[in-house]
Amino acid sequence: MRVGLFIPCYVDQFYPGAAQATLELLEKYGVDVIYPLSQTCCGQPMANSGYESYGKDSADLFMKNFGEFEYIVAPSGSCTLHVKDHVLPKTEGSPKIFELCEFLTDILKVDQVHASFPYRVGFHSSCHGLRGLRLAKCSERMDPEFNKPLSLLNMVSNIQMVELDRKDECCGFGGTFAIAEEAISVTMGKDRIADHQRNGVEVLTGADMSCLMHMQGLLKRQKSPIKVMHIAEILNGNEVVGSTEI
Amino acid sequence: MKLKTHAEEAAEFIKDDARTHWHDDTLWHVRSNRDRSAQGIPEWETLRDTASATKDYVLSHIDELLEQFEANAKANGVEVLWAKDGKEHNQHVYRILQENKVKNIVKSKSILTEECGLNHYLEKKGYDVVDTDLGERIIQFAKQTPSHIVLPAIHLKKQDIGDIFHNHIGTKAGASDPNYLTEAARQHLRKKFVQANAAITGVNFGIAETGGFVVCTNEGNADMGTHLADVHIACMGIEKLIPRAADLGVFLRLLARSATGQSITNYSSHFHRPAEGKKLYIILVDNGRTDQLGREDFKNSLKCIRCGACMNTCPIYRRSGGHSYNYTVPGPIGSILSPGRDLKKYSSLPFASTLCGSCSDVCPVKINIHEQLYKWRQVIAENTDMDRSKKLSMKVAGMTFGKPVLYDLAGKVARTALKITPKSLVYSSINVWGRHRDLPEVPKESFKEWYKKNRKQ
Ligand code: SF4
Repeated sequence: MRVGLFIPCYVDQFYPGAAQATLELLEKYGVDVIYPLSQTCCGQPMANSGYESYGKDSADLFMKNFGEFEYIVAPSGSCTLHVKDHVLPKTEGSPKIFELCEFLTDILKVDQVHASFPYRVGFHSSCHGLRGLRLAKCSERMDPEFNKPLSLLNMVSNIQMVELDRKDECCGFGGTFAIAEEAISVTMGKDRIADHQRNGVEVLTGADMSCLMHMQGLLKRQKSPIKVMHIAEILNGNEVVGSTEI
Repeated sequence: MKLKTHAEEAAEFIKDDARTHWHDDTLWHVRSNRDRSAQGIPEWETLRDTASATKDYVLSHIDELLEQFEANAKANGVEVLWAKDGKEHNQHVYRILQENKVKNIVKSKSILTEECGLNHYLEKKGYDVVDTDLGERIIQFAKQTPSHIVLPAIHLKKQDIGDIFHNHIGTKAGASDPNYLTEAARQHLRKKFVQANAAITGVNFGIAETGGFVVCTNEGNADMGTHLADVHIACMGIEKLIPRAADLGVFLRLLARSATGQSITNYSSHFHRPAEGKKLYIILVDNGRTDQLGREDFKNSLKCIRCGACMNTCPIYRRSGGHSYNYTVPGPIGSILSPGRDLKKYSSLPFASTLCGSCSDVCPVKINIHEQLYKWRQVIAENTDMDRSKKLSMKVAGMTFGKPVLYDLAGKVARTALKITPKSLVYSSINVWGRHRDLPEVPKESFKEWYKKNRKQ
């Protein structure tokens, strides 16, 4: 199966490890992954700030890069959602975009993960993936339970998934919100990591690197031993990075 | 009028960390009660779908339904008045009070009268208006506005209320026992109820089919007021209609559970006609509602039944308090109603959100709140000169992202700059990100650079 890999701009620049893990993971499942080299950004930062119009060039470029694929896969719920809601509907062509976890569960129907991760892991359920892409049942709705990213993590051997007190509250990143509403953003982030800390999490993971970047920034400032990894890195069998006091 | 932005107000509120967390925990507790209560209803999502569809019908047939409501109410002996805005609404109330030689007024909680500034208007005319909802009475004493539409004094602690009551109704100094304070308030309000000649209430649901209406309270204060006074004035936003009495069950089941987790509001009082020798008026108020109805992207906001669930669930509201929105209806729903009233004045509110979507999923009538927030942002960016530097940076970003060569270069420059710039400069006060958060470590190469080296093209 041929798939176009979309690596969001900030992942490309600051978290190449998450991107590599995504690529390797897809390849392990036998996917023919193509990474178009002239890709940049999906335009979400502009659009969420009210300037969807300034994102037009990047949206056009996105379609030039990915228009001919049947499937596009991205290791980020929020960028996937933006493309799905605001880029694809405005153009001709029929690619379908998937966030990595939902691609693994829904299209590849993965039922085995070849990785071991002997740590206490806290999962951050990022909002755009959760309530936008419906990667899991959110706590507000009274539907049957399901959780795509967690179902994958639960296939990892030796992993101990930790239950949080507030299982799907927002971390306060929100793109430019993190800057424009700094006070609230930081408080929300601190409250989220406190939940993980209270529950003895050793590694914090999620399907959206942006939320993880925000919480990692706060954890590091607090000199916390909690490590932050993208879910692709755990599923790909990567080691915990950095000095591990855990 | 230039208002402080939501971010400025929020930063102020959040300075008191203990109070912020107390506020957050209190409202999260209400949200948890709501979850537990909704979990007990297997058909919860069907109820939401039904309520939403019913309100869709109301919004698309509002003209007929209003006429039907008016005709039926009149046939029941109710006097029906129309008000195009808050001013006209207040004038109607004043005239009714004059005609009936009313001296003392009790009011049960009505967000609409708050929206119209009725208390202030009547006080200037020399009337003493007594809010009889306990929370409303507290903030009335404190000369504040409600910070929540269901829990108007939720921002105040027991101790604050003890102080307020000590100053206004002579309770013991330093008292904070809720039973003692509530009893004192009850005695105080009882006197007011007995003296009142007119009772003003809001309307939760107006029923077109019957011309009757329902008022929901937890304290029974609407009943106390209307039973004792000779004149009842019901103030109703035109969007509060439902078509049939049979629709009521759906909304009553959703309202209380969404609001507080109760299975039903303590008092759902049905009014149809004036009692012998008494008078009943209904004022139907537009005040910007038809304008909102005309905005295709935003008209859904008029489905709101004012349960407050979106406030309780909103992680931003919980940590910034209702007053930070500077609008009668705060929180997520207020942020999509207010720009329709004054785009410039409320231009910061649609940005007071991470677009997490929790509000839309909790809303019993399924208003797509977070999508409307996104859409208001587009309208605001286009029609106001909100923030020049943001506009410029977005323009530059847009240009950069449009050109791969420029993007690759900019990325490299940024990473190199971060690496070679001294820490003291990176974490200077102008770097808002870095005041409380570390920046990510700079990798030696971008993914794209790695890919070019490690994968054949
Ligand atoms: S928008 Fe929905 S959740 Fe918010 S107050 Fe209205 S009905 Fe309740």
